[in-house]
Order: sequence, then C-alpha cells, then structure tokens
Amino acid sequence: MSTDFYREGEPAQDTKAPAGPISERWEQRRFSGRLVNPANRRKLRVIVVGTGLAGASAAATLGELGYRVANYCFQDSARRAHSIAAQGGINAAKNYRNDGDSVHRLFYDTVKGGDFRSRESNVHRLAEVSTEIIDQCVAQGVPFAREYGGLLDNRSFGGAQVSRTFYARGQTGQQLLLGAYQALQRQVAAGTVDLHTRHEMLELVIVDGKARGIIVRDLVTGEISTELADAVVLATGGYGNVYFLSTNAMGCNVTASWRAHRKGAYFANPCYTQIHPTCIPQSGDHQSKLTLMSESLRNDGRVWVPKARGDDRHPADIPEDERDYYLERRYPAFGNLVPRDIASRAAKIVCDEGHGVGPGGLGVYLDFAGAIGRLGKKAVEAKYGNLFDMYERITGENPYERPMRIYPAVHYTMGGLWVDYDLSSNIKGLFVTGEANFSDHGANRLGASALMQGLSDGYFVLPNTISDYLADGPFESVDEDHEAVVAARKEVDDRIAFFLGNDGDRTVDSFHRELGKIMWEYCGMERTDEGLRKAVGLIRDLKDEFYKRVKVTGKAEALNQELEKAGRVADFFELGELMCIDALHRTESCGGHFRAESQTEDGEAKRDDEHFSYVAAWEFGGDEPILHKEALEFEYVHPTQRSYK
Amino acid sequence: MKLSLRIWRQPNADAKGKMVSYELDEVSEDASFLETLDVLNEHLISEGEDPVAFDHDCREGICGSCSLVIDGQPHGPQKATTTCQLHMRKFRDGDTIDVEPWRAGAFPVIKDLVVDRGAFDRIIQAGGYISAPTGTAPDAHAVPIPKQDADAAFSAAACIGCGACVAACPNGSGMLFMAAKVAHLALTPQGQPERQTRVLGMVAAHDQAGFGGCTNTGECSAACPKEIGLDVIGQLNRDFRKAAVRAA
Repeated sequence: MSTDFYREGEPAQDTKAPAGPISERWEQRRFSGRLVNPANRRKLRVIVVGTGLAGASAAATLGELGYRVANYCFQDSARRAHSIAAQGGINAAKNYRNDGDSVHRLFYDTVKGGDFRSRESNVHRLAEVSTEIIDQCVAQGVPFAREYGGLLDNRSFGGAQVSRTFYARGQTGQQLLLGAYQALQRQVAAGTVDLHTRHEMLELVIVDGKARGIIVRDLVTGEISTELADAVVLATGGYGNVYFLSTNAMGCNVTASWRAHRKGAYFANPCYTQIHPTCIPQSGDHQSKLTLMSESLRNDGRVWVPKARGDDRHPADIPEDERDYYLERRYPAFGNLVPRDIASRAAKIVCDEGHGVGPGGLGVYLDFAGAIGRLGKKAVEAKYGNLFDMYERITGENPYERPMRIYPAVHYTMGGLWVDYDLSSNIKGLFVTGEANFSDHGANRLGASALMQGLSDGYFVLPNTISDYLADGPFESVDEDHEAVVAARKEVDDRIAFFLGNDGDRTVDSFHRELGKIMWEYCGMERTDEGLRKAVGLIRDLKDEFYKRVKVTGKAEALNQELEKAGRVADFFELGELMCIDALHRTESCGGHFRAESQTEDGEAKRDDEHFSYVAAWEFGGDEPILHKEALEFEYVHPTQRSYK
Repeated sequence: MKLSLRIWRQPNADAKGKMVSYELDEVSEDASFLETLDVLNEHLISEGEDPVAFDHDCREGICGSCSLVIDGQPHGPQKATTTCQLHMRKFRDGDTIDVEPWRAGAFPVIKDLVVDRGAFDRIIQAGGYISAPTGTAPDAHAVPIPKQDADAAFSAAACIGCGACVAACPNGSGMLFMAAKVAHLALTPQGQPERQTRVLGMVAAHDQAGFGGCTNTGECSAACPKEIGLDVIGQLNRDFRKAAVRAA
C-alpha cells in the first residue's frame, strides 16, 4: 500500500460535453441528445431520491413530461428538505439593473470564485439557465422581493460587483422550495409522481452495469422494500454533517451517495468544503447544530477582536485603540466583505492566537454600533431585524447593545458524486443533481449560487439530458427475485441486524461528535500533511471502536431514530477518511481547501495549477481508494491568483 | 438547572400512551429545548431504555418539523418561536415541564411525540399550487406586482407547515394553514386563473382529512411561530363564498 493511502487509476473523462463555442454547447447538446416519444414516456420509470430544490424540481418536471416517477424523502413532508433553510438569495444573469451583468460575467465570476477548479462547460450552462429559473419561479407565484414600481428587486451579494441576486426577505430557500414542492404536489395529484415520505434509501441496485433501483426503509414501520426503475436520480444533498456540528439540518447525510459510491460511482473532490464565516458560536457540549447568520450582515457590521490576548472585558469597555479590525487591516480593498473562505480563516487565525471572545475563546465580534450611529437603529432594524431577533433567541444577548459573537461553521460541500455534462455518474442510469454532485462550484461556492444550481439541474438540465439515456429504454424487466436485488436487500438486512444485535455501551451521537472533532481539527479550515495523516489513523481507530461498542436500542420493525442515525454515522466514517485522503493528496491550496504548506508570503492560499488542475474522482477501494484524474481546461477564463488586498 | 420533564410516551399508533416523569440535573440554560431532549435521550440509551421519539430537522425554525406542546402551548411559552429555537433560559430552576405531541384528530400519533401531518400535503395536492409546467413561463418582469401585494403574499407564504395552528385550535381546524396558502396565491396575478377551483378543492380536502371547522377563536394565529395573521382566514372565507356561489 502506498504511503499516501491511495493508488492512481486511469484518467476520468467527461465524454458528453460538446466542443465548439462555449455559448453554443448547451443548445448543441440538447439537439444531439435523443428524445423519448411522449407515448413511450409513460412506460419509463424514474426514481428520484430527495425532495429539496434539485429533487422536487426534477421529480415535478419529469412527471409533467409524462414519465412515471417515484420520489422519496426521509422527512415527514417533501416541503421540509434542507433547501428550505437557505437565507440569502439566488443569482441570475438577468441584468435588470443595467449594471453590466451578462451570462458571460456570471460564468466568469463563478469559475473565478471556484478558484479554477470547475468545468467551464458546466458553469456556462448554469449561467445561461439562471435566467429561466427566475421566470419559472415567478410563474409559480414565488413572492420575491419587489420595488415600488412592481418590478423585482435585486441586491449585490457576497462581494459581487453587480446586483444579480433575487431574494425573498431572508427566506429565499423556503420560498423557492415551496414553489417546487407545490409543483411536485400537483404532479402527485395528477398521478404521475408516487411520493414516499419518511422513507430512506439504504442501497442502490445495479443490474448488468445499470442502476435499476433502490432499497428503502419505511421509517415508520421499518419495512424494507425495493423500488425498481429504468433510471435513478440522487438529489440527496451535501455531507457537511460529517463534522457533526454544521449548519446542515440534523437529518442531512451522505448515505445515498455513499452507497452508490461503494457500488462503483466515483466521489469527486470530497475535501472541498465551505466554511461560512458568520455563524453563531458554540455555547457548550450540548450543542447539536450551528446556526448561520446571513452573510449580508457583513455589509454593515465590522469584525473585530481585542488587541490584548484573553481580554475578557465587556466589549463596550474596550476602547477603539485596543480593538483589532483585522479584516479591514489585512484586506484594505475588500475589508469586511472578503470572500467566505478568507473571512473564515482570518477568524480562525486570530482565535488561535488567543484573541477570541466568548466561551472557549472561539468567537469574534461583529459590531453594528457604527451602523446604528450612522443609519439609526430603525434603519438597521428594517434591514436585519429578523436576524437580530434570531440571534437574541439563541444567545440571550441583544445585538443592538452588544456586538454579536460569530465564528465560522461548516456550511456547504462542493464535492460530491462525479457526473458528466449530462449529470450522469459513471454508473449508467445513475444521475446526480444539486449539492449531491460535484459539478459547478469548483473549490469554493459563491453566495446565492447553490439555489441556482439545484433548480438549474432539476428544472432544466436533467429533464433534457436524461432522455438521451432513457431513449434506449424501457430496459429489460427486473423483478424482486433477481440476484442483484436479493443481494442488495441482504446487505441492508445484515447492517440493521448488526446494529441492533451489537452488545455495545456507547451512543451513536457520542461517536458522531468525536468523528466531527477530528474532522474539524484536521480537515477543517487549515489542513497539513501531518494533521491529515494523523486524522486518517484516528478515524480508522474510532471506526473500529464504533463497530465494537456502538449501542442501538429498539427494534427494526418500528420507528427507530437511533437505528437511522447509526447507519448514517457508519457511512460518515468512511467518507471522513476519504475526505482526509483527498485533502492529503492535494498539496496545493485552492478555494475552501487550505493547505498550510501552500501559501504566499502574506499567508494567502496558493494554487498549483501545474500539478492540480484536475478533478479528483475517487473510486471506492476500501482502505486504498483509487484516484481518477479528470483534467480541467480553461479556454475562456484564464487562471489567475485571487487577490482581495 | 434542575428540571422535571413529564413526557407523553406511546410506543406506537395503536398503543395507549401515558405521561412519564424524568428528572434532569445540570441542564444548561444556553441549551435549546430539543438539545435538552437530546441529553435526556443519551441518558435513556445508556440505561438501555427506549429514547423519546420526536420530529426535528433544521433546528433553526424554518423546516417546520418540530412539534411539541410544552406546558399546554404549541412550541412552548415564547412568542413567535418554534420549539427548536426555544432555549432553556426561558424556564426556571426546579420547573416541571409537560411535553406532549400535537393533539388533533387529523394528526394521529405515530410514536411518542411524533405525529402524522400528511393531511397538510393532501390539502396542497387539492389545489395549493399554480399550474405552471417547467419551461412555459414568460419573462419575470412581464407582469409587475404592486409591492404591497407582493409583501402581503410573502407574509402569508411564510407559513412553515408545522401544524401548531391545528394543535392550538379547540376544534382541531387546519384553517390557518390552508388560508395562508389560499391568500398567498390569491395575492399574485399568476394565481388568478385557478383562484376559485383552488379554494373549493382545498376546503373539500381539509374537511375530508378530518380537520374541524373554524369558529374564529384566534388561538391558531396566537400560536403561529411565523405570526400568520387571522386576516388570511377572512380572505379564504371571501374567496370560498364567491367560488361556491359561482359553482352552484
């Protein structure tokens, strides 16, 4: 075995993206892809797992097209998928402001923001489709913010120089998801979509090299059943919960993706995680999740820490000249508005140096005193009132009188299952959309781009590309006695039997917390060769201990939330290990992945385009995963080192 | 803090349930209510007992999963706050706190504090949408919407579908939930073509699901974590009357 825990295989290649001028590729692909006759669509079954923006939009649209869709979610209603929690907004190159925006500019900004680690073809398509998303959502009745003239309002978000972000107060994700959810419910009523809530996918069924179904557990009765189809779409979200504490919902997990990975689907760039700078810090060991405060707060708040280490005076008692406004000091041009990865790491640095505030010294101040003095309390309340209320509910502190305390937290995962231009994984018939795939954000996602990608994939891209695959169907029928189905069910049954039969003495959560600490410490905001090697060892040891000592109460044939968690945490162990190996092999810094060994003299991230301008697509290989490199080529946006000084 | 929790335990839908008391020492006042239940469950599992089942997911007040009646009030004592955002500093050392599931005919208990809210989805299926198949939309600026209408539509659309309104209502009515969706869509120009069939369909589905009728007690709005106003019910009644007369 190599000393780096992996071996290298053949290169990976996206064979579906057309060549030719970038602005014509999507149109060309839609034309070259084969279609399915409307009469034949009703003979084709498609499974969609997940009901977030990417899943609900895909299931609804495929239903409208006439396919027979089976849609699954683990929540008690499709409306509760975690897309609902996105606050800020959704980008679109509408250029309604006449401020110089265009499809090409959104494309350019996204490739650059992703630190030149995404595919140009995919990102350009995303930028093209962005305008249609807004039209679609308005037609569904999504109540976007509007101006007095009745037209849509826009704002500048995440340091963009144009105003292209559409929003619905601080609940954009909720309103977009409800639009997709309602479109989905319309199809349920029409009989084109069979929706199964409180069901969790636990295994993928592959027959003759094609994805043909899934094994699911009914979370209420515990019944294990099989759903067979001509194609499977995973829209199962990100894996930030591997860190235990994150802004993800408690149920977010990697199990569907990981089961597919174990069956041969490549997992790409797992180490690319986004750590959001403005979250409410942890208050104690009971903490179960972290809450994001919208990035928009940085437009008016000033970030600072006391100059003296361990200064525990009330912030109001710390005079101006004893405060370090470190973002303004280090990045005079962008100041408090530097991109997420930079703001996060700067906070970590000052806290590591002992300047942090609040419990454990893991916090920095976000101060609105200046804004309140300049604009008045009323204006600040009109802009941020709901966020200030939320902060007060959680911390018991009044941010009008005392600066907020914030600290970075894991928020989004850019990595995910590898897909080609058609959003197909390397397993035939297995498609992956939204945060669950790796495709469009490179090494760092820009604000207000996640909602755009989820809906782009689900409403517009997948329904067009999947037909090229389904044109070969319906495929040979498979029944539940097929050996592949029986084997997949047995894997599920065995795993459940193991957990319930294990004579253990530690709770699932206690393992999950410990895994999360390892990941945060060694595979968080700053990564090193030494730390990552150590982490792989620690995770392997903890995983062994998990299988020896985990205790799961209750039974299989009933609602059993401990059993659900055990299966998810088991998969997080394997994912966590792969994330560390990926982070270890990528010795450059890029976007959200910062390797301490690769930085400029000023301490900024330093890319290594000569050696790392590729997508790392990992094939499952137990203790020794296999790396397939997909080379990235930049014809339109030429790689430069980012600078926000 | 030291607390006594009296929690509804019911092994499954068919079993008879009862209140069971648990003592908790050293509860942090910075913990959320659900984190306090997490701590209790860790204790229960260590002792080999079945942990308390409860619905929860985002834990930031937007997904609408969490659903507890705390000391007789849906989502507990703090106004405009879901259970997941309720923190223990709102209670006092030594308090005894009652924790029950939503109680409503249309929301059967599945286990402990978990109930089946599928009836809400069925109401939406009966018309709580605008028929706009993907790809058919005109430009988003084709139809301006007055800001005050857009803002009012947003306020109604802020509903998280948690069901607190039903749990608070003496009749177990789902009127506020339904009316919030009717009002949201009625306030947009895109929602007009289906306005009458929508309200008729949704009301029929509501009644069929076993929700009670509305007698304007207003408990629903008082319990709503998103402060949806009673005015949406007025809107629903007006639309319903108009549609019913037309259909007759």
